[in-house]
Amino acid sequence: MFGRQFFIDPSRCIGCEACVNACAECDNHRGESMIHLDFIDRRQTIATVPSVCMHCDDPTCAQVCPADAIKKTEDGVVQSSLKPRCISCSNCVLACPFGIPKVMVRQEQMMKCDMCYDRTSVGKKPMCATVCPSQALSYVPLEEILKGRREKPTNVFFFGKQKVTTKVYMMVPQTMDAVSVDVVDYMWEEQA
Amino acid sequence: MAKAPQHPESLVERYGPNPSYTPSGGWQKGSEAPPDRLVKTHCCFCGQQCGIKLKVRENRVVGFEPWEEFPFNEGKLCPKGVKRYMQNEHPDRLLSPLMRAPSGDFREAKWDEALDFTAQSLRAIQEKHGKDAVAIYGGASLTSEKSYLLGKFARVALGTRHIDYNGRLCMVSAGTAYKMAFGVDRSPNPWSDIPKAHVVLVTGANVAECAPITTDYIWRMRDNGGKLIVIDPRMTPITRNADLYLPVRPGTDVALMLGLLHVVLRDNLTDPKFIADHTVGFEEVEASARPWTPHQTAELTGVPPDAIEKAARLFAGADRAIALHARGIEHQSKGVENVLSVINLCLATGNIGREGAGCMMITGQGNGQGGREHGQKCDQLPGQRSISDPAAREHVAKVWGITPDEMPQAGLSAMEIMEAIHRGEIKGLLSMCFNPLVSLPDSNYVREALEKLEFFGVVDFFLSETAHHADVVLAGSLQEEEEGIVCTAEGRVVHIQQAVTPPEGARNDWAIYVDLAKRLGKEKFFPYKAPREIFDELREASRGGPADYFGISYEKVDREMGVFWPCPTEDHPGTPRLFEGAKFFHKDGKARFLVTEYRPSGDPVDETHPIYLTTGRVVSHYLSGTQTRRIGALVDQYPVPRVEIHPRLAEACGIANENWVTVTTKRSAMTLQALVVKTIRPDTVFIPYHWAGLQSANQLTHRTLDPRSKIPEFKVSACRIEKAAAAPDWARDAKPPGRSQRAPKRELRVIQ
Ligand code: SF4
Ligand code: SF4
Ligand code: SF4
Repeated sequence: MFGRQFFIDPSRCIGCEACVNACAECDNHRGESMIHLDFIDRRQTIATVPSVCMHCDDPTCAQVCPADAIKKTEDGVVQSSLKPRCISCSNCVLACPFGIPKVMVRQEQMMKCDMCYDRTSVGKKPMCATVCPSQALSYVPLEEILKGRREKPTNVFFFGKQKVTTKVYMMVPQTMDAVSVDVVDYMWEEQA
Repeated sequence: MAKAPQHPESLVERYGPNPSYTPSGGWQKGSEAPPDRLVKTHCCFCGQQCGIKLKVRENRVVGFEPWEEFPFNEGKLCPKGVKRYMQNEHPDRLLSPLMRAPSGDFREAKWDEALDFTAQSLRAIQEKHGKDAVAIYGGASLTSEKSYLLGKFARVALGTRHIDYNGRLCMVSAGTAYKMAFGVDRSPNPWSDIPKAHVVLVTGANVAECAPITTDYIWRMRDNGGKLIVIDPRMTPITRNADLYLPVRPGTDVALMLGLLHVVLRDNLTDPKFIADHTVGFEEVEASARPWTPHQTAELTGVPPDAIEKAARLFAGADRAIALHARGIEHQSKGVENVLSVINLCLATGNIGREGAGCMMITGQGNGQGGREHGQKCDQLPGQRSISDPAAREHVAKVWGITPDEMPQAGLSAMEIMEAIHRGEIKGLLSMCFNPLVSLPDSNYVREALEKLEFFGVVDFFLSETAHHADVVLAGSLQEEEEGIVCTAEGRVVHIQQAVTPPEGARNDWAIYVDLAKRLGKEKFFPYKAPREIFDELREASRGGPADYFGISYEKVDREMGVFWPCPTEDHPGTPRLFEGAKFFHKDGKARFLVTEYRPSGDPVDETHPIYLTTGRVVSHYLSGTQTRRIGALVDQYPVPRVEIHPRLAEACGIANENWVTVTTKRSAMTLQALVVKTIRPDTVFIPYHWAGLQSANQLTHRTLDPRSKIPEFKVSACRIEKAAAAPDWARDAKPPGRSQRAPKRELRVIQ
């Protein structure tokens, strides 16, 4: 939006949790952090991974929502559930291939990263991608990323023959075009 | 007096540390109305001094906005910076001076009473025991104006030699080494040089947690095709992208650097022209590196010979290489030599004074750089002048309106002051912005010393653990409540704006000292009405010194988003990179090679204490935690210290993750939970130091100082570990572990 895109590069992440803290400063959900930050296995490694909503072109969470509570804006940002509609059933939590939505017990609704819609819809950068000291999360023009980084961006993911394309990009090795996590995606199967 | 009150629980209840979870104005309300003002200022929590905009409404700081135009951090912040605004209107805030009631407990006092008592007590001690029987402690989080004021207060208002500051626990090894080698104490390169280097060597610097913004500079260097070498006993987060990782054994850094230099010399990878034209002392250093073959070095350092070879060749083979270092190598009884050995490597390979090439210290504390330049260091006068230099004494005495003879000579350093208190030689102490009970080594010894003080006064905004021992506590101001300048790790002077005024009952720090000076009969030397006037005098006092601020003004700083010193005249553009054209600050313009030798630490491992103990920081806390242990989100991120142990060592000791473990050194023992991780050497354990009392890592550390810099050896102690019989009492109230302390989640999410 406004010429900039969101890029995630987990390999840059230092686990500082600036994003976690800054997310709670978004005016849309001040006091609650939506971003996920995982220490993969602190016993083995210092590696950490941040996950924001990928803002899928055809969001699985919205597909499975029985209450039709999850809406995407015209500029492609998938919003938290509409409070009057959400029945806190957790379908979206289970269905999202990236594990993003959370059912918030106190608020009695699904909430998730909305790409700081209060900020990005008026041309500002999202909180987390602004503060991130390693720029594991960055919000910059696509050309800048293509020019400056070792890795390259992709927004095509396969989850066992489910192809998901997203607004948010993931940084991957130069030799890779899409991310596939399921062996099935690498198999040759005769069509039945 | 100086004994802590009988009932610390009641103190903690009122004065904390109580973690605050709600910002001024509340979470929701804070967002509803727009702020009155966005104040462009800087984070208070480390030497990076990130630009940040504080949201101010009705004289309260209610939130922040990233300041993307500020060139150093372009809006980036670590979690401390994100949450720093939560200190405003904190329930623990001191809102009146405190004095001791006859019962020994604190009572609230009037300002006049507290100031009179402070001045009288200091004077009474000086009359009875001499001027040097009182000492001043300062801090490197203070603005340069306050640091300057403290130095002048000690020497002019009190006439004592003894003033030193908590930067003694931070930058003095690097500062001493840079002054010896280059003639000036500042990082020679601006940070914008880092991405331009072809190789960056990071030694003893947990960049990701202690200088988080530097991470992106290093990643950009790698994006540009550069290589990263990391030297550390622990795999800190930046190691995840290291091209080469050297797990050095604690306390052997100087040997490792000699080993690298050996390979550089052996393979003729030096820059002979640079050495011949711009340095002195090379031959002695060359000879000293000769015995340190990779094999010999490997035996002592625990780093494989081929890794030593590779690192040396990478560094020396690059057109432009940078060595970054911090407390890991500096917090040692040979801290200065460790730094000199890094400098030697840079000089031998001609990596200094050029774009993308140099050696850079990463200053730690908020004003770690500026706080040591203008006179609160026991051996320095403003402008980074030596107090023993007659010309410097004359210049500064003139600015101050005293005679050079009235100017006291160099005094004792921070740890030495505490030892003089313990010996009974120093009997009165006035401390601001320093929490020695948590931050000095061997805290039980420090407590004994504090209890011996005849008078102890503290100026602070929260009641630190050390302040529990005070006779008087004067309620001072937060960083955002007072205007001033600070100097960042880069040597860039930046402007701290006054965003809000201190709450009723608290006062500006500078005004407290001006009032004390008045009560000591020295009013005419302290005529200031505002920090700006102190700054104008500082400029004059620094004029002509190595750290020349004469050409800097608040307005120029605002206009240019910071000015790098030296800046001798108003039309001078400042000096982002030092030593260009290989011009060093020594009279002959040349840099010095200085011989460094390996010697054992002050607390060597032995049969009874076979494990190395090293201490350091975590990303969500700042120094002794006086501030960050009061901010809920930062507390939750790392609520209590844990001891990091490699599984190999843990298994040998029958310790499992999360077991309670007792760590014992020759000073003391403490019990804390194990964090069993493969990211630390198996002969070493690590404890972060931000906590107080029974959670304080400094119960265990020792008082050996570097002979030149007088920095304590926080990074190398000898200990033993064993599984504890039971959890300590404090475990009952401990908060749940933070993300980085938890075992991975076991449950699998069903996505079908
Ligand atoms: S702010 Fe950036 S580096 Fe820090 S945890 Fe979040 S994604 Fe990782
Ligand atoms: S984009 Fe905004 S809402 Fe989404 S994770 Fe980042 S800070 Fe939170
Ligand atoms: S603590 Fe340092 S790195 Fe973190 S936001 Fe503050 S100045 Fe920046």
